[in-house]
Amino acid sequence: MLFAHPSLQRSRVNRALIDAVRDVEGVTVRDLYELYPDMDVDVRREQALVTEHDLLVFHHPLYWYSAPPLLKQWIDLVFEHGWAYGGGGGALRGKRLLTVTTAGGREEAYRPGGHNRYTMAQLLTPFDQTAHLCGMDYLPPFVVHGTHALSDDDIAACGADYRRALEALRDGRLDVDSAPGPRLNSDLDAAIVPAD
Amino acid sequence: MGEGFFLQAFFYLAAAVVSVPVAKRLGFGSVLGYLVAGVAMGPAGLHLIGSEGEDILHFAEFGVVMMLFLVGLELHPARLWRLRGPILGIGGLQVGLTATVFFGVALATGLRWQMALAVGLTLALSSTAMVLQTLSEKGLLETDGGQNSFAVLLFQDIAVIPMLAIFPLLATLEPKAGEVEHGPAWFEALVGWQQALVVLGAIVAVVAVGHFLSRPLFRFIARTRLREMFTAAALLLVIGTALLMETVGLSAALGTFLAGVVLANNEYRHELAADIEPFKGLLLGLFFIAVGASIDFDLVAGQPGTVGALVAVLVGVKLLILLVIGRAFRMGLDQCLLFAIGLSQTGEFAFVLFAFATRNGVLSPEVADPLVVVVALSMLTTPVLLLLHDRVLRPRVGTRRRDARTADAIDEQNPVIIAGFGRFGGIVGRLLQANGVGTTVLDLDSDHVDLLRRLGFKVFYGDASRRDLLMEAGAGQAKLLVIAVDEPEKVLELVETARRHFPNLQILARAPSRSDAYDLLEAGVQHVYRETLETALRTATDALRLLGFRAHQAHRAAKTFLRHDEDALRELARERHDEVAYLNRSRQSIHDLEQLLLSELEAPLDVSADEAWDSASRREEFGEG
Repeated sequence: MLFAHPSLQRSRVNRALIDAVRDVEGVTVRDLYELYPDMDVDVRREQALVTEHDLLVFHHPLYWYSAPPLLKQWIDLVFEHGWAYGGGGGALRGKRLLTVTTAGGREEAYRPGGHNRYTMAQLLTPFDQTAHLCGMDYLPPFVVHGTHALSDDDIAACGADYRRALEALRDGRLDVDSAPGPRLNSDLDAAIVPAD
Repeated sequence: MGEGFFLQAFFYLAAAVVSVPVAKRLGFGSVLGYLVAGVAMGPAGLHLIGSEGEDILHFAEFGVVMMLFLVGLELHPARLWRLRGPILGIGGLQVGLTATVFFGVALATGLRWQMALAVGLTLALSSTAMVLQTLSEKGLLETDGGQNSFAVLLFQDIAVIPMLAIFPLLATLEPKAGEVEHGPAWFEALVGWQQALVVLGAIVAVVAVGHFLSRPLFRFIARTRLREMFTAAALLLVIGTALLMETVGLSAALGTFLAGVVLANNEYRHELAADIEPFKGLLLGLFFIAVGASIDFDLVAGQPGTVGALVAVLVGVKLLILLVIGRAFRMGLDQCLLFAIGLSQTGEFAFVLFAFATRNGVLSPEVADPLVVVVALSMLTTPVLLLLHDRVLRPRVGTRRRDARTADAIDEQNPVIIAGFGRFGGIVGRLLQANGVGTTVLDLDSDHVDLLRRLGFKVFYGDASRRDLLMEAGAGQAKLLVIAVDEPEKVLELVETARRHFPNLQILARAPSRSDAYDLLEAGVQHVYRETLETALRTATDALRLLGFRAHQAHRAAKTFLRHDEDALRELARERHDEVAYLNRSRQSIHDLEQLLLSELEAPLDVSADEAWDSASRREEFGEG
């Protein structure tokens, strides 16, 4: 999981989210702004870690309809030609990519005619296409909307959902195709296949 | 100073070295160890020390004087003011009640009221030496009970002044001719109001010297950079004050206490405290040994019942009154017990006061002598009672030790200690300070200390590699130690001290050269900063830019180089150890450079990390350009 937040100390929602999943078994959290405060990403180390995992999570707040710069820097440097794509590339093939993001605006604002004119899925197409180019499956994003209006209970519930979603993805119990709604977490109960 | 002196010193030191560790091992404090050693060596035991016990006692009272100086050093006026409630309230009540009760008891035994009053007042006092020593040994000074005990002791110590003043007025017997000695003849020749004026002048002198003269004086001495000079100056200060006070008929202990308070805001006070501390410890030990040796066991053997009863009444009454006061001031039961038992004896000032009273014809030796024995025995009971409290009582009343570390703790306990506040440490300190992180600074340059103090920094003069000084600076509670001291040997010494005694501290150390960095890594320091590296890299980066490199490219190149160099440093540090153990220092650094350059020839700097920004491979594959 690539976690990018330039000012985590000020974000109650992202703090709660990341704390909810830090200790999930099989998950490696890379807190990018903690690891590389000077944007100096250790490419070889990051590539080695990516190779060891099946699912990549880009977890970040949505800033100006995109990821904060360090995550972009990470993508720019780590997804090398000849490694991630192109001839000799293919290190990412068959892996899955999930975007987890938080936005101040409510879901209704993200639609044609709404305040933000585009849906979240449309705004995230660069990530979708990145995944596609590298042979990865792009999953429906896990989005927390209206962060400014969330109560502590709401935030805790989001954290719990996040954890459940990751565990289900890890165990192959999340049926992405039947997940209703535009978000992975639109109706998590319907998407998760109960463990038997 | 002949054979006799060495023999004496040998016996005292041997007694201390044998009995104190044993006593501590058995769970008694060091005080009981000293007392027992004294009894064993005294006339009642092996008879190794005899009648000179009294002289020793007089000499060892100097330990009490030093202790009060140290107590004063801890008490800057602001803290004294904060403690005024407990000092006046609890302390006043304790002395008042206890003195009244003993006054009544003494009257009932048929003493004249003047004698009874002197006895009552004297017996109300507890032993500052014993209580502070014991509490700090057990780490209980910061608890409610400890703080309240401290307040009471302070009140008592101060109350001795008026007692010394009024005792002569209580004289009903003929003063012992020739033994009334207040001071030199010229002082005695003065009229009452003139004497008062001289006394006042002496006090003003202590305050003024402490306030205005001590700083330049200490700075002057510190510049010699001879540690023993500072120790000598510290001792001189204490002895000088004591001498002055005795000359004008005041208690030396109180005079030095006052001097301590005056110096409490001084930046040299940690150094002063650290210098005086061992003398105080040894002299106090000597004092307790002397107390043990001077117990007149013949007298005890003569009237064991009476003496026993007197000790029991003394300790019992004090305990009871302290318990009542403790509960009235809402102390928890466990804290209240600690407070009451700790203060239940009568202390060293009783020896002084009884002797003073006898000389001045207030008490007859027939009254005073047994009381001295009773007092000494009462000091023997406290460690035993405290042990009982530790083992039996406290486990039953619950160990709810409420730490009262709030306000005071913040005062000195900064999370970061910076050793060396020169051009390097200064920058570190300023950045931390700007972000609201409290730092305690230790520096050996007295001019520096002076300047920084004026600018409002919390700076103390002293050699940071000394364990006691680090302790004083709060190393036990701090999180980080930043080492920016110049001398490489001092740095390593400091690292060793810190790692051994304060494993809680994370060390961040500056290394002036590469070979210092190796030494630090070898000494187990995780965070090592080479002082010229970053600057040299910035210079190289600018050189690249001036040659036409894009800023970002030059910046990235320096970053890559830095990472590579840090890896190489750690790698070579591991390899170096065996090879160069036999080389001297100058050979070492040449050898280090050689190894470094060789390793770079073998494995050139890997600049491939930024390849993603290079489109060459894509041009090749997709045929665009």
